[in-house]
Parts: sequence; structure tokens; C-alpha cells
Amino acid sequence: MLERKVEAMRKVAIVAAASRQETKMLDTEVEMMIPLISEVKDKTGLDQTDIGFTCSGSSDFLAGQAFSFVMTLDAVGPVPPISESHVEMDGAWALYEAWVKFQMGVIDTALVYSYGKPSPGSLQDVLSTQLDPYYVAPLWPDAHAVAGLQARSLLEQGVVTAELLADCALRTGTVDSREEYFSQPMLSDPLREADCPTYADGGVAVILASEEKAEELCEKPAWITGIDHRIDAHQFGVRDLTTVPSARIAAQKAGVHDGPIDVAELHAAYTTHDFLLRKEMGLPEIPTHSQRSYPIKADTLMASGLLRIAEAARGIWEGEANRSLAHATAGPLLQQNLVCVLSGERN
Amino acid sequence: MESNERLSAPLVLEYPFTRTTGPVIGAFMTGLRERIVLGIKRQDGSVLVPPTEYDPETSQPLTEMVEVGQTGEVVTWTWVQEPRDQSPWDSPHALAMIKLDGADTPLLHAVLVDDPTLLNTGDRVRIKWREETEGHIKDIEGFLPIGEEND
Repeated sequence: MLERKVEAMRKVAIVAAASRQETKMLDTEVEMMIPLISEVKDKTGLDQTDIGFTCSGSSDFLAGQAFSFVMTLDAVGPVPPISESHVEMDGAWALYEAWVKFQMGVIDTALVYSYGKPSPGSLQDVLSTQLDPYYVAPLWPDAHAVAGLQARSLLEQGVVTAELLADCALRTGTVDSREEYFSQPMLSDPLREADCPTYADGGVAVILASEEKAEELCEKPAWITGIDHRIDAHQFGVRDLTTVPSARIAAQKAGVHDGPIDVAELHAAYTTHDFLLRKEMGLPEIPTHSQRSYPIKADTLMASGLLRIAEAARGIWEGEANRSLAHATAGPLLQQNLVCVLSGERN
Repeated sequence: MESNERLSAPLVLEYPFTRTTGPVIGAFMTGLRERIVLGIKRQDGSVLVPPTEYDPETSQPLTEMVEVGQTGEVVTWTWVQEPRDQSPWDSPHALAMIKLDGADTPLLHAVLVDDPTLLNTGDRVRIKWREETEGHIKDIEGFLPIGEEND
């Protein structure tokens, strides 16, 4: 495999971010995104005509409408015409597309945003549609049931213990004590309610800038020192569910192990995922670093991953971290994983 | 038309396309209609069930389909206490990954037991076919623990 020549890569930094998450938002997607996109433009002093590339992430399945992202472009202001793209994925992958565009040398700034508004419909129905359409989706397993299959393998093979899951739920704040955790009935046996995510509406917008531009726009840019994404087999029966090879490889390629991690922002919707990701990415089983936000308390389809990156950047801006890690996942059972390492130091 | 009458038109959400399931998934589905289960051989000799047209790890095209058994082992499972509206099953059941005899990868389906205490990982199960099969994953009504007489 070709080793990535990081030194030859153009330096890109996150220079501004804005986000919003609520359990049930009455605003439309456009109304939600206008203030967030305006906020990052205000913070950097950039006008839409100054921005080289705009890339968004959202889900037509969630909106129930084809090309739904076109409507949200009203929040950007695409007149005069702009250079624009969209991924039917979490915004973390939209950020990756923008990062590639920087490497092509054709832009100095980019606006990346993503959003999801599951509250008007049934998110579990939408999540079922991402499963294999012939072999799995007709059986309509919900996301918690699929996660339960993995959780049982982890527990029965001794990879994780119920006590460790209880402690993770406690750290996350879905329960106040181990006793409370163990008194909960099974939701998707062997997962309890405290192991499973709740969902929220939300959106996030960030501005990226090149090494020529970043320091003009931000006092302390959060430099992307490594970013990589990998995918595991589509059929989850093919993979040993107690491992996540794609997360392990992405972490290696993004250079997670090149230095200490001060803040880790993991897109772990289940306690089991938090544990598995730590293991695969070589992070301590029980976090010694700061981890402020847990999607398990409010996972927002299409935005949680980019939100993790924005939070990891905030750790740099606020001086809490010199080096932070952000992770995003997509698909069932951590099928696809993106890892991004940020640093307060440019080199 | 009265001026205060509201204009309305029906909006039917539909997917007006058909597509073929192809040589591998199609063969698997046809097999189900004939009440047999087909897998596909990978280069290392292991058998993928359900089968895919390509190797999920090496991306090599796969073509050699083989029949596997109608009994197998529960690899992992979870319990569905309240089936969703769209679920093929009305009553509580287990969803399980089941490795059929002769297969090297498990497939997802239901194990039809009344209570989660009646199921353990490693249990042997067998296919219960629907009375009428039509070439669909739901031709398998579910799996029954071996030894139980309620076909």
C-alpha cells in the first residue's frame, strides 16, 4: 500500500464553526442553517463570493424528497453562481471532499455544512433502508436490534463486560449510577436503553482555509494533520462483529498514534461502539483524555460526524487541546469510519 | 369551480422502476422458491451465505454457487419484544445471525421462540419454510430450535 506523503500535502485548517442541536426543531432545514452559515461567515469576515468551494452533507431519505439539499442552498446564497457539491453522507465526508479540493490546489477557502431533521418521521424506518435491500431490509430490523447482535457477540466472547458498558453509560450521563444501569430492562437484549442513542435534529457549519489564508481568518487555526476514511464489508455477516478493521486502518493512516491525544470526539452512538472504537484506535479503554460530547445522548444523522470535527477544533481554539481527534461513522454497525486529527501547531 | 374551492391533486410516492437481482442474488432467491439455500465459494474455498457477486474483501468476481444445509447454529441474537409495523412477524421473536451447515458466514433471520430464555448462542436451528414460496427472503418464515415439533 502506498504510504501517504503527509509532508507534501497542503496544510488545511478549520477556522470557524457553528452548530445547533435540539430534540425537536420547528424550523425547517433552511431556517435552521441560515443562522449557522451566517455565523461562520461573520466569524471569518468572508462573503459567499469569497468562498472557493461549498460542500454539504444530508439525506434525501430523511427529508423524504429527492435533491432535498438543493433547497437548503437557499441558506448559502448561490447567486452569483458558486462552486458547490453535496454528499448523501455525514458532513464529515463533505469536509473530506473539500480537503481533497484543497489538495488539488484550486481553492483557499471552503464552507462545509450538514444537517439532519429526523423528528417529523420515523428515523428507525430511514435507518432500515440503509440495510441490504434483498437480504436484510425486508426483515425490517431496527438499528437497536442490529446493534444488539453485535453487543451479544462482544459480551459473550468476553471482549467487553456489562460493567464496562455500565461505566460508559455513566460517563455519558444516560444513567446516574451502575445500579440504575443494571435495573433497566433490556431494550434490544443485551442492550439497555442507556446503551442506545436518542436522536436530535441539528446542523453544523464550518469554514476551512488553506495555509496561505488560515491565520488571517482565525487567531489559532485547528490544522488538519491527518484525515482518512475506510469502509468494511457491506454484509455485516462477513465481518467479525467484535472488530472494526476500517476504524483501525483509518486511525493509523490519519496518524493518531504519532503523538498524544488531548481531546477525542467519537461518533459512538452506542456504549458498545464507544468501547470498540477506543480499542481499534488504540485509545485507553477508560478515557484519560477529555471527551465532552457524546452522540449517544443526541445523535443527529448526517451531522454528528461533522459536529465531532467542529468540537475537536473547538478544543484547539479554546486551548484545551494541542492535539485532538475526531471520528465520524456511517452505515450499520460502524461500517464506514473517518478519522481526523487536528493540531494547534501548523507543522 | 367555486372561487373558494381548494385545488387538490393526489401525490402518490412510488418507485416505478424494476431491476433484475442479477446472476447471484437472483439464483439465491430462486433457490429459496425451490426450498434450498445457495451460497457462493470464495477463492479460499469458504462459502458466503447469503451470496454476493464479488468477494467482499478482495473484490474478486465470484461464480461458483453451492447448496448449503437447512440447519445451522445461532452465532448471535437479540430479542424483539415489540415487532414494528412493517416487520414480517407479529409476535415477539429473536433476530439472529445463523450460520448454516456448510456456510462460513451467518445470515440474519428470525428464530421463532416465545421467550428469550429459550434461546442461547450456539443453539441448533432449522429453517421453517412458508407454505407458499415466491423467491424472496421471507420465503423463510423463520428458524425453529431443532427438536421442537410445530411445523
